[in-house]
Amino acid sequence: MASVEVTNLANELRKDFPIFADIRNSRPFYYLDSAASSQRPMSVLDTMDRYYRHSHANVHRGVYGLAEEATGIYEAARRHLGRFIGARDPAHEIVFTKNATEALNLVAQGLGRVLLKPESHILLTEMEHHANLVPWMILQEQIGFSIDYLPFDAEGLLVLENLDALLERADILGVTLMSNVLGTLNPVSMLSRKAHEHGALVVADGAQFVPHFQTDVDQLGVDCLAITGHKMLAPTGIGALWARSEILEAMQPFLGGGEMISDVRLDGFTPNEIPHKFEAGTPPIAEAAGWDAALDYLETVGMEAISNHDRALTSYAISQLQDRLDERIKIFGPSDITKRGGVLSFELADVHPHDVAQVLDQHGVCVRAGHHCAKPLMRELGVGATARASFYLYNDEADVDALVEALLDAYRMFHS
Amino acid sequence: MNDLDDLYREIILDHYKNPRNQGILEGPAVHAEEGFNPLCGDEVKIYVKIEGDIVTDIKITGQGCSISRSSASLMSQAIKGCSIEEVKALVSRFKRMIAVEEVQGEPEPVDLREFGELAALQGVVKFPVRIKCATLPWNTLMLALDGAQAG
Ligand SMILES: Cc1ncc(COP(=O)(O)O)c(C=O)c1O
Repeated sequence: MASVEVTNLANELRKDFPIFADIRNSRPFYYLDSAASSQRPMSVLDTMDRYYRHSHANVHRGVYGLAEEATGIYEAARRHLGRFIGARDPAHEIVFTKNATEALNLVAQGLGRVLLKPESHILLTEMEHHANLVPWMILQEQIGFSIDYLPFDAEGLLVLENLDALLERADILGVTLMSNVLGTLNPVSMLSRKAHEHGALVVADGAQFVPHFQTDVDQLGVDCLAITGHKMLAPTGIGALWARSEILEAMQPFLGGGEMISDVRLDGFTPNEIPHKFEAGTPPIAEAAGWDAALDYLETVGMEAISNHDRALTSYAISQLQDRLDERIKIFGPSDITKRGGVLSFELADVHPHDVAQVLDQHGVCVRAGHHCAKPLMRELGVGATARASFYLYNDEADVDALVEALLDAYRMFHS
Repeated sequence: MNDLDDLYREIILDHYKNPRNQGILEGPAVHAEEGFNPLCGDEVKIYVKIEGDIVTDIKITGQGCSISRSSASLMSQAIKGCSIEEVKALVSRFKRMIAVEEVQGEPEPVDLREFGELAALQGVVKFPVRIKCATLPWNTLMLALDGAQAG
Protein backbone atom coordinates (compact mmCIF):
# COMPACT_ATOMS: atom_id res chain seq x y z
CA MET A 1 0.00 0.00 0.00
CA ALA A 2 0.99 3.64 -0.26
CA SER A 3 1.49 3.81 3.48
CA VAL A 4 5.28 3.99 3.20
CA GLU A 5 5.00 7.20 1.22
CA VAL A 6 2.66 8.52 3.88
CA THR A 7 5.32 8.54 6.53
CA ASN A 8 7.92 10.12 4.31
CA LEU A 9 5.81 13.06 3.30
CA ALA A 10 4.77 13.88 6.86
CA ASN A 11 8.27 13.34 8.24
CA GLU A 12 9.74 15.87 5.88
CA LEU A 13 7.00 18.45 6.26
CA ARG A 14 6.43 18.30 9.99
CA LYS A 15 9.62 20.20 10.76
CA ASP A 16 8.19 23.18 8.85
CA PHE A 17 5.44 23.47 11.46
CA PRO A 18 6.72 25.06 14.67
CA ILE A 19 3.86 23.77 16.80
CA PHE A 20 5.21 20.23 16.50
CA ALA A 21 8.55 21.36 17.91
CA ASP A 22 7.11 23.53 20.68
CA ILE A 23 8.74 22.44 23.92
CA ARG A 24 5.47 22.91 25.74
CA ASN A 25 4.37 20.02 23.58
CA SER A 26 7.17 17.81 24.79
CA ARG A 27 4.41 15.53 26.00
CA PRO A 28 2.96 13.39 23.21
CA PHE A 29 1.09 15.45 20.64
CA TYR A 30 -0.98 13.82 17.92
CA TYR A 31 -2.97 16.49 16.14
CA LEU A 32 -5.97 14.91 14.44
CA ASP A 33 -8.26 17.92 14.19
CA SER A 34 -7.23 19.68 10.99
CA ALA A 35 -10.81 19.56 9.70
CA ALA A 36 -11.58 22.05 12.47
CA SER A 37 -8.43 24.09 11.83
CA SER A 38 -5.02 23.24 10.42
CA GLN A 39 -1.62 24.21 11.81
CA ARG A 40 0.65 26.77 10.08
CA PRO A 41 4.09 26.37 8.54
CA MET A 42 6.92 28.78 9.40
CA SER A 43 6.73 30.39 5.95
CA VAL A 44 3.21 31.65 6.65
CA LEU A 45 4.19 33.07 10.03
CA ASP A 46 7.32 34.67 8.57
CA THR A 47 5.38 36.24 5.73
CA MET A 48 2.90 37.84 8.10
CA ASP A 49 5.68 39.01 10.40
CA ARG A 50 7.60 40.50 7.48
CA TYR A 51 4.46 42.20 6.24
CA TYR A 52 3.85 43.93 9.58
CA ARG A 53 7.52 44.84 10.07
CA HIS A 54 8.18 46.19 6.61
CA SER A 55 5.13 46.68 4.43
CA HIS A 56 2.05 47.63 6.43
CA ALA A 57 -0.24 50.48 5.44
CA ASN A 58 -3.93 50.56 4.63
CA VAL A 59 -4.81 49.31 1.16
CA HIS A 60 -6.44 51.13 -1.75
CA ARG A 61 -6.15 54.48 0.04
CA GLY A 62 -2.69 56.01 0.15
CA VAL A 63 -0.71 57.26 -2.84
CA TYR A 64 2.58 56.86 -0.98
CA GLY A 65 4.91 53.97 -1.70
CA LEU A 66 4.19 51.92 1.39
CA ALA A 67 0.44 52.00 0.76
CA GLU A 68 1.04 50.89 -2.80
CA GLU A 69 3.22 48.06 -1.56
CA ALA A 70 0.55 46.86 0.88
CA THR A 71 -2.10 47.09 -1.84
CA GLY A 72 0.17 45.11 -4.15
CA ILE A 73 0.61 42.35 -1.55
CA TYR A 74 -3.12 42.17 -0.88
CA GLU A 75 -4.11 42.06 -4.55
CA ALA A 76 -1.39 39.51 -5.35
CA ALA A 77 -2.91 37.20 -2.74
CA ARG A 78 -6.31 37.61 -4.38
CA ARG A 79 -4.95 36.67 -7.82
CA HIS A 80 -3.01 33.74 -6.38
CA LEU A 81 -6.10 32.30 -4.70
CA GLY A 82 -8.06 32.80 -7.92
CA ARG A 83 -5.42 30.87 -9.92
CA PHE A 84 -5.27 28.21 -7.21
CA ILE A 85 -8.93 27.29 -7.79
CA GLY A 86 -8.87 27.80 -11.57
CA ALA A 87 -10.80 31.10 -11.73
CA ARG A 88 -10.93 32.62 -15.23
CA ASP A 89 -10.57 36.16 -13.96
CA PRO A 90 -8.57 35.85 -10.72
CA ALA A 91 -8.31 39.60 -10.13
CA HIS A 92 -12.09 40.14 -10.12
CA GLU A 93 -13.73 36.91 -9.04
CA ILE A 94 -12.37 36.53 -5.51
CA VAL A 95 -14.01 38.42 -2.63
CA PHE A 96 -12.11 38.24 0.64
CA THR A 97 -14.29 37.62 3.69
CA LYS A 98 -13.72 36.70 7.31
CA ASN A 99 -14.22 32.94 6.72
CA ALA A 100 -16.34 30.49 4.72
CA THR A 101 -19.33 31.28 6.91
CA GLU A 102 -19.26 34.95 5.94
CA ALA A 103 -18.82 33.98 2.28
CA LEU A 104 -22.00 31.86 2.44
CA ASN A 105 -23.89 34.64 4.22
CA LEU A 106 -22.73 36.98 1.48
CA VAL A 107 -24.12 34.67 -1.22
CA ALA A 108 -27.43 34.26 0.59
CA GLN A 109 -27.88 37.99 1.13
CA GLY A 110 -26.19 39.20 -2.05
CA LEU A 111 -27.51 36.67 -4.56
CA GLY A 112 -30.46 35.06 -2.79
CA ARG A 113 -32.09 38.41 -2.12
CA VAL A 114 -31.91 39.30 -5.85
CA LEU A 115 -33.05 35.92 -7.12
CA LEU A 116 -35.63 34.56 -4.70
CA LYS A 117 -39.33 35.36 -4.31
CA PRO A 118 -41.87 34.01 -1.80
CA GLU A 119 -42.91 31.26 -4.24
CA SER A 120 -39.29 30.21 -5.03
CA HIS A 121 -37.59 27.00 -3.92
CA ILE A 122 -33.97 26.31 -3.13
CA LEU A 123 -32.39 22.90 -2.71
CA LEU A 124 -29.86 22.08 0.02
CA THR A 125 -28.60 18.75 1.35
CA GLU A 126 -29.13 17.19 4.76
CA MET A 127 -25.37 16.94 5.23
CA GLU A 128 -24.67 20.69 5.10
CA HIS A 129 -22.71 22.46 7.80
CA HIS A 130 -24.77 25.07 9.68
CA ALA A 131 -22.86 27.66 7.63
CA ASN A 132 -24.71 26.53 4.49
CA LEU A 133 -28.06 26.15 6.26
CA VAL A 134 -28.66 29.02 8.63
CA PRO A 135 -27.86 31.90 6.19
CA TRP A 136 -30.58 30.49 3.91
CA MET A 137 -32.98 30.12 6.85
CA ILE A 138 -32.37 33.74 7.81
CA LEU A 139 -33.11 34.80 4.24
CA GLN A 140 -36.16 32.56 4.24
CA GLU A 141 -37.50 34.48 7.24
CA GLN A 142 -36.97 37.71 5.30
CA ILE A 143 -38.43 36.57 1.96
CA GLY A 144 -40.50 33.45 2.60
CA PHE A 145 -39.32 30.95 -0.09
CA SER A 146 -39.25 27.15 0.44
CA ILE A 147 -36.22 24.98 1.18
CA ASP A 148 -36.04 21.37 -0.09
CA TYR A 149 -33.39 18.94 1.09
CA LEU A 150 -31.54 16.10 -0.60
CA PRO A 151 -31.24 13.22 1.89
CA PHE A 152 -28.28 10.87 2.27
CA ASP A 153 -28.23 7.09 2.70
CA ALA A 154 -26.70 4.74 5.26
CA GLU A 155 -23.35 5.00 3.46
CA GLY A 156 -23.42 8.78 3.75
CA LEU A 157 -24.00 9.28 0.02
CA LEU A 158 -26.57 11.72 -1.36
CA VAL A 159 -29.79 10.08 -2.52
CA LEU A 160 -30.41 11.45 -5.98
CA GLU A 161 -33.69 9.75 -6.88
CA ASN A 162 -35.77 12.92 -6.89
CA LEU A 163 -32.97 15.16 -8.05
CA ASP A 164 -34.54 16.21 -11.34
CA ALA A 165 -37.91 17.02 -9.84
CA LEU A 166 -36.33 18.99 -7.01
CA LEU A 167 -33.97 20.87 -9.31
CA GLU A 168 -36.82 21.62 -11.68
CA ARG A 169 -38.42 23.91 -9.11
CA ALA A 170 -35.18 25.17 -7.50
CA ASP A 171 -33.44 28.45 -8.27
CA ILE A 172 -30.36 27.63 -6.20
CA LEU A 173 -28.63 24.38 -5.25
CA GLY A 174 -26.44 24.66 -2.15
CA VAL A 175 -24.12 21.71 -1.60
CA THR A 176 -20.90 20.95 0.20
CA LEU A 177 -18.04 19.54 -1.87
CA MET A 178 -17.05 17.41 1.11
CA SER A 179 -18.90 16.64 4.34
CA ASN A 180 -17.07 17.67 7.49
CA VAL A 181 -18.70 14.78 9.40
CA LEU A 182 -19.05 11.88 6.96
CA GLY A 183 -16.09 12.76 4.77
CA THR A 184 -18.32 12.20 1.73
CA LEU A 185 -17.10 13.70 -1.54
CA ASN A 186 -20.25 14.77 -3.36
CA PRO A 187 -20.54 14.35 -7.16
CA VAL A 188 -20.62 18.09 -7.68
CA SER A 189 -19.65 18.20 -11.39
CA MET A 190 -22.68 16.07 -12.20
CA LEU A 191 -24.92 18.02 -9.81
CA SER A 192 -23.86 21.30 -11.42
CA ARG A 193 -24.56 20.02 -14.91
CA LYS A 194 -28.03 18.88 -13.85
CA ALA A 195 -28.70 22.09 -11.94
CA HIS A 196 -27.80 24.17 -14.97
CA GLU A 197 -30.04 22.04 -17.20
CA HIS A 198 -32.87 23.05 -14.91
CA GLY A 199 -31.78 26.66 -14.69
CA ALA A 200 -30.55 26.57 -11.06
CA LEU A 201 -27.33 28.17 -9.83
CA VAL A 202 -24.90 26.15 -7.71
CA VAL A 203 -23.45 27.45 -4.45
CA ALA A 204 -20.71 25.12 -3.25
CA ASP A 205 -19.19 24.95 0.23
CA GLY A 206 -15.49 24.25 -0.31
CA ALA A 207 -14.36 24.67 3.31
CA GLN A 208 -13.27 21.02 3.64
CA PHE A 209 -12.52 20.14 0.04
CA VAL A 210 -10.26 22.95 -1.18
CA PRO A 211 -7.55 22.37 1.48
CA HIS A 212 -7.18 18.74 0.40
CA PHE A 213 -7.89 18.43 -3.33
CA GLN A 214 -6.86 20.10 -6.55
CA THR A 215 -9.79 22.44 -7.19
CA ASP A 216 -10.94 23.69 -10.57
CA VAL A 217 -14.14 25.72 -10.49
CA ASP A 218 -14.65 25.21 -14.23
CA GLN A 219 -14.43 21.49 -13.95
CA LEU A 220 -16.74 21.49 -10.92
CA GLY A 221 -19.10 23.70 -12.88
CA VAL A 222 -20.24 25.58 -9.77
CA ASP A 223 -21.28 29.23 -9.78
CA CYS A 224 -20.14 30.23 -6.29
CA LEU A 225 -17.57 28.65 -3.98
CA ALA A 226 -16.96 29.44 -0.31
CA ILE A 227 -13.46 28.86 1.07
CA THR A 228 -11.83 29.39 4.45
CA GLY A 229 -8.13 30.06 5.01
CA HIS A 230 -7.49 28.56 8.44
CA LYS A 231 -8.20 25.00 7.33
CA MET A 232 -5.52 25.26 4.61
CA LEU A 233 -2.43 26.43 6.53
CA ALA A 234 -3.42 30.11 6.36
CA PRO A 235 -4.24 32.39 9.31
CA THR A 236 -7.65 32.62 10.95
CA GLY A 237 -9.74 35.66 10.09
CA ILE A 238 -9.75 35.30 6.33
CA GLY A 239 -11.90 33.39 3.88
CA ALA A 240 -13.16 34.00 0.38
CA LEU A 241 -16.07 33.79 -1.95
CA TRP A 242 -15.33 32.92 -5.54
CA ALA A 243 -18.12 33.57 -8.04
CA ARG A 244 -18.18 34.04 -11.80
CA SER A 245 -17.92 37.72 -12.59
CA GLU A 246 -21.44 37.94 -14.11
CA ILE A 247 -22.81 36.65 -10.83
CA LEU A 248 -20.78 39.04 -8.70
CA GLU A 249 -21.99 41.86 -10.98
CA ALA A 250 -25.61 40.84 -10.40
CA MET A 251 -25.24 40.50 -6.62
CA GLN A 252 -26.23 43.23 -4.21
CA PRO A 253 -23.71 44.49 -1.70
CA PHE A 254 -24.11 42.93 1.74
CA LEU A 255 -21.96 44.93 4.13
CA GLY A 256 -21.83 48.69 3.61
CA GLY A 257 -19.05 51.13 4.46
CA GLY A 258 -15.76 52.43 3.17
CA GLU A 259 -13.99 50.75 0.26
CA MET A 260 -17.15 49.16 -1.18
CA ILE A 261 -18.42 52.39 -2.76
CA SER A 262 -17.42 54.45 -5.74
CA ASP A 263 -19.56 57.43 -4.67
CA VAL A 264 -21.67 58.42 -1.69
CA ARG A 265 -24.09 61.32 -1.69
CA LEU A 266 -26.52 62.27 1.04
CA ASP A 267 -29.31 60.65 -0.95
CA GLY A 268 -27.58 57.40 -1.80
CA PHE A 269 -24.45 55.57 -2.95
CA THR A 270 -22.94 53.96 -6.02
CA PRO A 271 -21.21 50.67 -5.31
CA ASN A 272 -17.59 50.09 -6.26
CA GLU A 273 -16.58 47.65 -8.97
CA ILE A 274 -16.28 43.92 -8.29
CA PRO A 275 -14.80 42.48 -6.18
CA HIS A 276 -14.39 45.63 -4.07
CA LYS A 277 -18.11 46.30 -3.79
CA PHE A 278 -18.29 43.39 -1.34
CA GLU A 279 -15.28 44.30 0.77
CA ALA A 280 -16.48 46.97 3.17
CA GLY A 281 -13.92 48.45 5.54
CA THR A 282 -10.25 47.65 6.06
CA PRO A 283 -9.67 44.07 4.96
CA PRO A 284 -7.47 41.36 6.55
CA ILE A 285 -4.26 42.38 4.75
CA ALA A 286 -1.64 40.45 6.72
CA GLU A 287 -3.93 37.43 6.65
CA ALA A 288 -4.14 37.67 2.86
CA ALA A 289 -0.34 37.78 2.71
CA GLY A 290 -0.24 34.71 4.96
CA TRP A 291 -2.76 32.90 2.77
CA ASP A 292 -0.62 33.68 -0.29
CA ALA A 293 2.35 32.00 1.44
CA ALA A 294 0.17 29.04 2.44
CA LEU A 295 -0.82 28.58 -1.21
CA ASP A 296 2.87 28.59 -2.16
CA TYR A 297 3.50 25.91 0.42
CA LEU A 298 0.60 23.74 -0.77
CA GLU A 299 1.68 24.14 -4.40
CA THR A 300 5.24 23.16 -3.59
CA VAL A 301 4.08 19.97 -1.90
CA GLY A 302 1.50 19.45 -4.63
CA MET A 303 -2.24 19.05 -4.14
CA GLU A 304 -2.18 15.63 -5.70
CA ALA A 305 0.49 14.44 -3.28
CA ILE A 306 -1.64 15.81 -0.45
CA SER A 307 -4.83 14.03 -1.54
CA ASN A 308 -2.93 10.77 -2.06
CA HIS A 309 -1.37 11.11 1.36
CA ASP A 310 -4.76 11.83 3.01
CA ARG A 311 -6.29 8.86 1.25
CA ALA A 312 -3.51 6.42 2.15
CA LEU A 313 -3.68 7.53 5.77
CA THR A 314 -7.49 7.38 5.92
CA SER A 315 -7.43 3.90 4.53
CA TYR A 316 -4.70 2.87 7.00
CA ALA A 317 -6.80 4.34 9.83
CA ILE A 318 -9.98 2.56 8.77
CA SER A 319 -8.23 -0.80 8.57
CA GLN A 320 -6.43 -0.33 11.90
CA LEU A 321 -9.59 0.80 13.69
CA GLN A 322 -11.54 -2.12 12.30
CA ASP A 323 -8.81 -4.67 13.01
CA ARG A 324 -8.06 -3.56 16.54
CA LEU A 325 -11.50 -2.47 17.73
CA ASP A 326 -13.71 -4.63 15.48
CA GLU A 327 -17.37 -4.41 16.52
CA ARG A 328 -16.56 -2.01 19.33
CA ILE A 329 -16.26 0.83 16.82
CA LYS A 330 -18.67 2.16 14.23
CA ILE A 331 -17.24 4.33 11.47
CA PHE A 332 -19.62 6.68 9.65
CA GLY A 333 -19.50 7.62 5.99
CA PRO A 334 -18.78 5.88 2.68
CA SER A 335 -17.01 2.52 2.79
CA ASP A 336 -15.65 3.23 -0.70
CA ILE A 337 -12.39 5.06 0.04
CA THR A 338 -12.49 6.89 -3.32
CA LYS A 339 -15.72 8.56 -2.24
CA ARG A 340 -14.36 10.13 0.93
CA GLY A 341 -11.77 12.60 2.14
CA GLY A 342 -9.54 12.49 5.21
CA VAL A 343 -12.25 12.83 7.85
CA LEU A 344 -13.34 9.94 10.07
CA SER A 345 -16.32 10.19 12.39
CA PHE A 346 -16.88 7.25 14.65
CA GLU A 347 -18.70 5.94 17.68
CA LEU A 348 -17.07 3.80 20.35
CA ALA A 349 -19.56 1.35 21.87
CA ASP A 350 -21.15 2.74 25.05
CA VAL A 351 -18.61 5.54 25.43
CA HIS A 352 -19.93 9.01 24.71
CA PRO A 353 -17.80 11.02 22.21
CA HIS A 354 -17.10 13.62 24.91
CA ASP A 355 -15.61 10.97 27.12
CA VAL A 356 -13.71 9.51 24.17
CA ALA A 357 -12.14 12.88 23.42
CA GLN A 358 -11.33 13.42 27.10
CA VAL A 359 -9.48 10.13 27.45
CA LEU A 360 -7.75 10.65 24.10
CA ASP A 361 -6.52 14.03 25.31
CA GLN A 362 -4.80 12.29 28.19
CA HIS A 363 -2.85 10.36 25.53
CA GLY A 364 -2.01 13.57 23.66
CA VAL A 365 -4.44 12.71 20.86
CA CYS A 366 -6.48 15.72 19.74
CA VAL A 367 -9.84 14.87 18.14
CA ARG A 368 -13.09 16.75 17.90
CA ALA A 369 -16.20 15.58 19.74
CA GLY A 370 -19.67 17.00 19.30
CA HIS A 371 -22.21 17.73 16.60
CA HIS A 372 -19.67 19.37 14.26
CA CYS A 373 -22.06 22.22 13.44
CA ALA A 374 -24.27 19.83 11.52
CA LYS A 375 -27.22 19.09 13.81
CA PRO A 376 -29.68 18.05 11.06
CA LEU A 377 -27.08 15.55 9.85
CA MET A 378 -26.56 14.20 13.37
CA ARG A 379 -30.32 13.75 13.80
CA GLU A 380 -30.38 11.84 10.53
CA LEU A 381 -27.55 9.61 11.80
CA GLY A 382 -29.53 9.13 15.00
CA VAL A 383 -26.73 10.29 17.30
CA GLY A 384 -26.28 13.38 19.44
CA ALA A 385 -22.59 13.60 18.81
CA THR A 386 -19.66 11.78 17.23
CA ALA A 387 -15.93 11.81 17.73
CA ARG A 388 -13.97 12.82 14.62
CA ALA A 389 -10.36 12.36 13.62
CA SER A 390 -9.11 14.22 10.54
CA PHE A 391 -5.83 14.06 8.64
CA TYR A 392 -3.57 16.47 6.82
CA LEU A 393 -0.14 16.52 5.25
CA TYR A 394 1.75 16.49 8.57
CA ASN A 395 0.01 13.38 9.94
CA ASP A 396 1.35 9.87 9.62
CA GLU A 397 0.82 6.30 10.86
CA ALA A 398 2.16 7.18 14.30
CA ASP A 399 -0.84 9.49 14.78
CA VAL A 400 -3.22 6.72 13.78
CA ASP A 401 -1.47 4.18 16.02
CA ALA A 402 -1.72 6.56 18.97
CA LEU A 403 -5.40 7.06 18.21
CA VAL A 404 -6.03 3.32 18.18
CA GLU A 405 -4.17 2.72 21.48
CA ALA A 406 -5.99 5.60 23.15
CA LEU A 407 -9.36 4.31 21.96
CA LEU A 408 -8.58 0.88 23.38
CA ASP A 409 -7.77 2.57 26.68
CA ALA A 410 -11.02 4.56 26.61
CA TYR A 411 -12.94 1.39 25.91
CA ARG A 412 -11.28 -0.42 28.81
CA MET A 413 -11.90 2.46 31.16
CA PHE A 414 -15.64 2.44 30.53
CA HIS A 415 -16.03 -1.34 30.42
CA SER A 416 -14.15 -2.41 33.49
CA MET B 1 -4.70 9.78 41.40
CA ASN B 2 -4.34 11.52 38.04
CA ASP B 3 -6.89 14.09 36.90
CA LEU B 4 -8.63 11.68 34.59
CA ASP B 5 -9.15 9.06 37.28
CA ASP B 6 -10.42 11.88 39.44
CA LEU B 7 -12.95 12.77 36.75
CA TYR B 8 -14.09 9.25 36.03
CA ARG B 9 -14.52 7.93 39.56
CA GLU B 10 -16.34 4.68 40.05
CA ILE B 11 -19.50 6.40 41.22
CA ILE B 12 -19.61 8.45 38.02
CA LEU B 13 -19.18 5.42 35.82
CA ASP B 14 -21.76 3.52 37.83
CA HIS B 15 -24.36 6.27 37.47
CA TYR B 16 -23.51 6.62 33.77
CA LYS B 17 -24.02 2.94 33.08
CA ASN B 18 -26.99 2.53 35.41
CA PRO B 19 -28.66 5.92 35.62
CA ARG B 20 -31.26 6.19 38.40
CA ASN B 21 -34.75 7.60 38.00
CA GLN B 22 -34.94 7.20 34.24
CA GLY B 23 -38.30 7.70 32.59
CA ILE B 24 -41.13 10.17 32.42
CA LEU B 25 -43.82 11.42 34.78
CA GLU B 26 -47.35 12.46 33.95
CA GLY B 27 -50.16 14.15 35.79
CA PRO B 28 -51.27 17.57 37.00
CA ALA B 29 -48.55 17.99 39.64
CA VAL B 30 -45.77 17.30 37.11
CA HIS B 31 -43.58 19.98 35.59
CA ALA B 32 -41.07 19.23 32.85
CA GLU B 33 -38.27 21.17 31.18
CA GLU B 34 -35.75 20.38 28.47
CA GLY B 35 -32.15 21.46 28.47
CA PHE B 36 -29.56 21.46 25.66
CA ASN B 37 -25.85 21.91 25.57
CA PRO B 38 -25.48 23.58 22.17
CA LEU B 39 -21.75 22.92 22.20
CA CYS B 40 -21.91 19.17 22.24
CA GLY B 41 -25.49 18.14 21.59
CA ASP B 42 -26.23 16.79 25.08
CA GLU B 43 -29.96 16.81 25.80
CA VAL B 44 -31.85 16.24 29.01
CA LYS B 45 -35.49 16.37 29.98
CA ILE B 46 -36.43 16.57 33.63
CA TYR B 47 -39.84 15.82 35.11
CA VAL B 48 -40.57 16.84 38.68
CA LYS B 49 -43.67 16.08 40.67
CA ILE B 50 -44.37 18.71 43.26
CA GLU B 51 -46.85 18.23 46.04
CA GLY B 52 -47.21 21.06 48.50
CA ASP B 53 -43.70 22.41 48.32
CA ILE B 54 -42.05 19.00 48.27
CA VAL B 55 -40.43 17.41 45.21
CA THR B 56 -42.00 14.01 45.65
CA ASP B 57 -40.72 12.45 42.45
CA ILE B 58 -38.27 13.10 39.64
CA LYS B 59 -37.61 11.33 36.35
CA ILE B 60 -35.09 11.96 33.60
CA THR B 61 -34.73 11.22 29.90
CA GLY B 62 -32.12 12.34 27.38
CA GLN B 63 -28.74 11.57 25.93
CA GLY B 64 -25.35 12.77 26.97
CA CYS B 65 -21.86 12.04 28.14
CA SER B 66 -20.89 10.28 31.36
CA ILE B 67 -20.63 13.58 33.20
CA SER B 68 -24.02 15.01 32.28
CA ARG B 69 -25.81 11.71 32.73
CA SER B 70 -24.23 10.82 36.04
CA SER B 71 -24.78 14.36 37.25
CA ALA B 72 -28.49 14.05 36.42
CA SER B 73 -28.70 10.67 38.08
CA LEU B 74 -26.92 11.78 41.27
CA MET B 75 -29.03 14.91 41.36
CA SER B 76 -32.25 12.94 41.13
CA GLN B 77 -31.24 10.86 44.14
CA ALA B 78 -30.20 13.88 46.15
CA ILE B 79 -33.34 15.95 45.72
CA LYS B 80 -36.18 13.46 45.95
CA GLY B 81 -38.23 14.31 49.00
CA CYS B 82 -36.66 17.74 49.54
CA SER B 83 -38.58 20.99 49.68
CA ILE B 84 -38.18 23.44 46.81
CA GLU B 85 -36.19 25.76 49.05
CA GLU B 86 -33.84 22.93 50.04
CA VAL B 87 -33.38 21.98 46.40
CA LYS B 88 -32.55 25.55 45.42
CA ALA B 89 -30.01 25.79 48.18
CA LEU B 90 -28.44 22.53 47.07
CA VAL B 91 -28.24 23.70 43.45
CA SER B 92 -26.38 26.77 44.54
CA ARG B 93 -24.02 24.83 46.81
CA PHE B 94 -23.43 22.27 44.05
CA LYS B 95 -22.50 24.99 41.59
CA ARG B 96 -20.13 26.44 44.12
CA MET B 97 -18.50 23.04 44.55
CA ILE B 98 -17.75 22.80 40.85
CA ALA B 99 -16.69 26.43 40.77
CA VAL B 100 -19.46 27.88 38.64
CA GLU B 101 -21.15 30.42 40.84
CA GLU B 102 -19.60 33.84 41.23
CA VAL B 103 -18.90 34.09 44.91
CA GLN B 104 -19.70 37.47 46.42
CA GLY B 105 -17.13 38.75 48.90
CA GLU B 106 -15.23 36.10 50.83
CA PRO B 107 -15.44 32.74 49.07
CA GLU B 108 -17.21 30.32 51.38
CA PRO B 109 -15.33 27.06 51.60
CA VAL B 110 -17.52 24.12 50.65
CA ASP B 111 -17.49 21.07 52.84
CA LEU B 112 -17.40 18.11 50.51
CA ARG B 113 -18.72 15.80 53.21
CA GLU B 114 -22.17 17.39 53.07
CA PHE B 115 -22.50 16.41 49.40
CA GLY B 116 -22.44 12.67 49.86
CA GLU B 117 -22.12 10.88 46.52
CA LEU B 118 -22.47 14.18 44.66
CA ALA B 119 -18.94 15.03 45.74
CA ALA B 120 -17.74 12.58 43.11
CA LEU B 121 -18.49 15.25 40.50
CA GLN B 122 -15.95 17.60 42.00
CA GLY B 123 -13.21 16.25 39.71
CA VAL B 124 -14.83 18.18 36.88
CA VAL B 125 -13.32 21.48 38.08
CA LYS B 126 -10.06 20.57 36.39
CA PHE B 127 -11.85 20.23 33.06
CA PRO B 128 -13.52 23.58 32.39
CA VAL B 129 -15.24 22.39 29.18
CA ARG B 130 -16.95 19.63 31.10
CA ILE B 131 -18.42 21.89 33.79
CA LYS B 132 -21.26 22.71 31.38
CA CYS B 133 -21.98 18.98 31.11
CA ALA B 134 -22.23 18.68 34.88
CA THR B 135 -24.48 21.73 35.30
CA LEU B 136 -26.89 21.02 32.44
CA PRO B 137 -29.30 18.88 34.49
CA TRP B 138 -29.15 21.28 37.44
CA ASN B 139 -29.97 24.31 35.31
CA THR B 140 -32.79 22.38 33.69
CA LEU B 141 -34.10 21.39 37.10
CA MET B 142 -34.13 25.05 38.14
CA LEU B 143 -36.21 25.89 35.07
CA ALA B 144 -38.68 23.15 35.96
CA LEU B 145 -38.97 24.44 39.54
CA ASP B 146 -39.44 28.01 38.30
CA GLY B 147 -42.17 26.72 36.00
CA ALA B 148 -43.83 24.95 38.90
CA GLN B 149 -43.75 28.04 41.11
CA ALA B 150 -44.99 30.30 38.31
CA GLY B 151 -48.08 28.29 37.80
C1 LIG C 1 -18.16 22.00 5.56
C2 LIG C 1 -17.88 23.28 6.29
N1 LIG C 1 -18.46 24.41 5.89
C3 LIG C 1 -18.24 25.58 6.50
C4 LIG C 1 -17.39 25.67 7.57
C5 LIG C 1 -17.21 27.01 8.22
O1 LIG C 1 -15.91 27.46 8.18
P1 LIG C 1 -15.54 28.76 8.98
O2 LIG C 1 -15.85 28.47 10.42
O3 LIG C 1 -14.09 28.95 8.76
O4 LIG C 1 -16.38 29.85 8.44
C6 LIG C 1 -16.75 24.53 8.04
C7 LIG C 1 -15.82 24.56 9.18
O5 LIG C 1 -16.10 24.41 10.31
C8 LIG C 1 -17.01 23.30 7.39
O6 LIG C 1 -16.45 22.16 7.82
